[in-house]
Amino acid sequence: MTMALPAPRARARLSATPGQIALALGIAVFLALFLVWPSATVIYVAFTEKGGGAFTLVNFADFFRTDLFLRSFWNSFYVSAMAVAGASILALPLAYITSRFAFRGTALIQTLGFLPLIMPPFVGAVAMQLFFGRNGSVNLLLDDAFGFKIPFMEGLNGVIFVQSIHYFPFILINLSAALRNIDASMEEAAQNLGSSGFRLFRRIVFPLAMPGYIAGASLVFVKVFDDLATPLLLNVKDMLAPQAYLRVTSIGIADPMGYVIAVVLIVASVAAMALSALATRGIDYSTVQRGGGGLARRKLRPYESVLAYLTVMLILLLVLAPHAGLLLLSFSTVWSFSPLPDGYTISHYARIFGESSLYIKNTLIYASLAGLIDVVLGTAIAYLVLRTRLVGRDMLDWAASAALAVPGIVLGIGYLRAFYGVKLWDGTPLASWIVIVLALATRRLPYALRACYAALQQISVSLEEAAENLGATKLRTVRRIVTPLMMGGMLAGFVTSFATAAVELSATLMLVQSNSDAPLAYGLYVLMQSAAGRGPGAALGVIAVLLVGVCTVLSHFVIERGRAMPQAGH
Amino acid sequence: MTTATANRAIAVPAVGVRIEQVNLSYGDNHVLKSIDLDIRPGEFFAFLGPSGCGKTTLLRLIAGFNHADSGRVLVGEKDISALPPWKRDIGMVFQSYALWPHMTVARNVAFGLEEKRVPRAEIGPRVTAALELVGLTGLDQRRPAQLSGGQQQRVALARTIAVEPKLLLLDEPLSNLDAKLRVQVRRELRELQQRLGLTTIFVTHDQEEANTVCDRIAVMNQGVIQQVGTPKDLYEQPANLFVANFLGTANIVEGRVIGDGASRAFEVAGGLKIPIAADRKLAPGARMVFRPQDCAIVGAGQSAGPDRTEAAGTVTYREFLGASVRYGVRAGTASIAVDCPFHAGDTLHEVGTAVTVAIATSSVRFLSD
Repeated sequence: MTMALPAPRARARLSATPGQIALALGIAVFLALFLVWPSATVIYVAFTEKGGGAFTLVNFADFFRTDLFLRSFWNSFYVSAMAVAGASILALPLAYITSRFAFRGTALIQTLGFLPLIMPPFVGAVAMQLFFGRNGSVNLLLDDAFGFKIPFMEGLNGVIFVQSIHYFPFILINLSAALRNIDASMEEAAQNLGSSGFRLFRRIVFPLAMPGYIAGASLVFVKVFDDLATPLLLNVKDMLAPQAYLRVTSIGIADPMGYVIAVVLIVASVAAMALSALATRGIDYSTVQRGGGGLARRKLRPYESVLAYLTVMLILLLVLAPHAGLLLLSFSTVWSFSPLPDGYTISHYARIFGESSLYIKNTLIYASLAGLIDVVLGTAIAYLVLRTRLVGRDMLDWAASAALAVPGIVLGIGYLRAFYGVKLWDGTPLASWIVIVLALATRRLPYALRACYAALQQISVSLEEAAENLGATKLRTVRRIVTPLMMGGMLAGFVTSFATAAVELSATLMLVQSNSDAPLAYGLYVLMQSAAGRGPGAALGVIAVLLVGVCTVLSHFVIERGRAMPQAGH
Repeated sequence: MTTATANRAIAVPAVGVRIEQVNLSYGDNHVLKSIDLDIRPGEFFAFLGPSGCGKTTLLRLIAGFNHADSGRVLVGEKDISALPPWKRDIGMVFQSYALWPHMTVARNVAFGLEEKRVPRAEIGPRVTAALELVGLTGLDQRRPAQLSGGQQQRVALARTIAVEPKLLLLDEPLSNLDAKLRVQVRRELRELQQRLGLTTIFVTHDQEEANTVCDRIAVMNQGVIQQVGTPKDLYEQPANLFVANFLGTANIVEGRVIGDGASRAFEVAGGLKIPIAADRKLAPGARMVFRPQDCAIVGAGQSAGPDRTEAAGTVTYREFLGASVRYGVRAGTASIAVDCPFHAGDTLHEVGTAVTVAIATSSVRFLSD
């Protein structure tokens, strides 16, 4: 072999293999078609003249000239802010008690933390009417005993009440995690320098936990702002999401006002998220120090203990009210103007499993397909972002996560506009159940993506390099090393997507074209509209809660097991 | 199973490695600068240098995980620069061991054989042989997490040598072991390498590891190979100040060259003066370098031999090390570390006392950066 070859030569460094490029393009096409295009359509229509194609701000001017819309905007804002306040009132004591004290009820509080989430808020709304409505159990009893009623559920109050109870876990979970991540040495250093008690809490603990609280609060704000079904079921129409829905369904798909409202919803969502990101920038220290087992916990004195248990019990009662109400309703013959149902029956369940089993079957199919799509896309995006140097890979991640900022109703309107009348190759209209699955998959992709991302991030790159070093190609390494190690995270991602897609209504409410294509949440919504349908609706609701509950427990179990499995190679 | 079978399973003719004009940059960061290196067949070779010097980058480049901007890597006279990692036939033991937690020890070791499409019937015996070679018989059904650090390290080694690579790369293999185990494992590594005759490259930042295990060492700093040689060569005849300082302790003293002919000398401000032969070439800015054990504290006025240069100074610190005592002596502008052997009953010099330091003139070298 001759050594006379010119040794130094520039080698073109390929940023990725052809397979990776094809994968990235495929994902990009999916996101463009099913997220960007529908959302862009909505924005486009809002800014163009009706009938013509010219750019105009006239629609927005109309929006701000119409009292109803201005009132709706203000109401949405007011309800969201009050719901954040209500959720904080429920979450703060719980987070404080569990993180600062050796409290036996900690497991109980952790259960509280996810109980509300397994029930769609609009389902809980009906049950809450029965307990807290004008003629609900509580007010009937109050009226009997003291001669007055409390308007828990009147108008906007009802929405605030239901949403606070439903969404407080977001604050509880985020705040507890933030408190857990504070290194005990932070507190000890302050004590060593002479600080204690409330001053210590105010000057050290609270600032360190602030980012967690803000993250949770902004999430609650956005969720409440975008929610469609809860106000609709409580018959509150002068809020933004219901207005958008009513414009599109009653006046028509061509009416620009629905689109304008959708744009306002998007702007509000993005603004709330941007504000929270801005507020936490520079004060999020969680990555600076390594967790040292959290803050020291002090034993409660007897009277404190009683106080703590009372607080927890009160919140537990509130949290369980929708569940209990739903269960009672599903077994009751008639329940109105009385604290408890007049009689009990199981006929509602018989009816649900008879004629309404279609809803359940549809939901299982849609949610499974959506979960599957999400896990495949989530894994692929995570791999491209974390393991390749493909140009624009961060854009994929960013685009997929942007689905979080698109309210369900906006996506629903966008799908309707973009895919209405589109036919597949065999003549079936795209705007059938397929569109519902795609909408669900797009909506839930960020959840699955984060789960897959976290799972892949935990796998040390050297585990893959070792496989390549021993002769395995990239594809075989993915199959034999990456996939088995990511399995837990992928499963958790699937279950999260599945469980949340199973009770999604905002996006699907508009996309259901025929009753035979309807998922469970839609059926629930339709049934709950009429007094006669409330019993069977409640039965369907119980089934939905069970479905989501089982999934949540399952995913919790999977994640815990994944955590328990020691990871070599770190 | 006997050692003979184990050895037969890993019988590969040794190959040499040649690295020619390799350059690698990450953006503006020039990580490897014109690396040229010749590693002989069967040699145990070390890349030694401080963290960030490019040694691991160079190792990963040989394994195929980094790509050179220019230059090439030849293994056994074959240019492998364009091959992906899985076609290189180069075994690598990762610093973290990179054992797959979802597989048993046996499955870990079998992995490479399966990927290389070794017939099923052969895989079992070869796994057993590889595990026997590293002294891990009987643990094949364990999971990596159930093993100690030392055992994990052996599994990683067994997994690599089971595929009979042409070349073995070890990326700081001892860094995750405790001090005692490290000494034991490095001896075993050396023994195994000798037995297999496998060309091996060892990356470390620990000079003691490199010195005790390797035939030759390439000392690296800031992406440049400073010197290549045996441990003894590097210690005795460092090519520059960096090598002198990185391997062992060195006294490095600034000064200037005065006079010429027979009176040519290196003078340190404040007294010390060392004669330099007239024909000796000194780079501009060269400094005087000698080891602490090549000088001594002597009684004042003792006759100076021909190979001895004396300087008067003051003791500035004292460190009692057991077998020896290290004194810091300030002589003029120079701070000199002096190692004195300690014998029972010796009295020690106190800090602040005036002493005379005698330097073995023949041990003094003049080096620049």
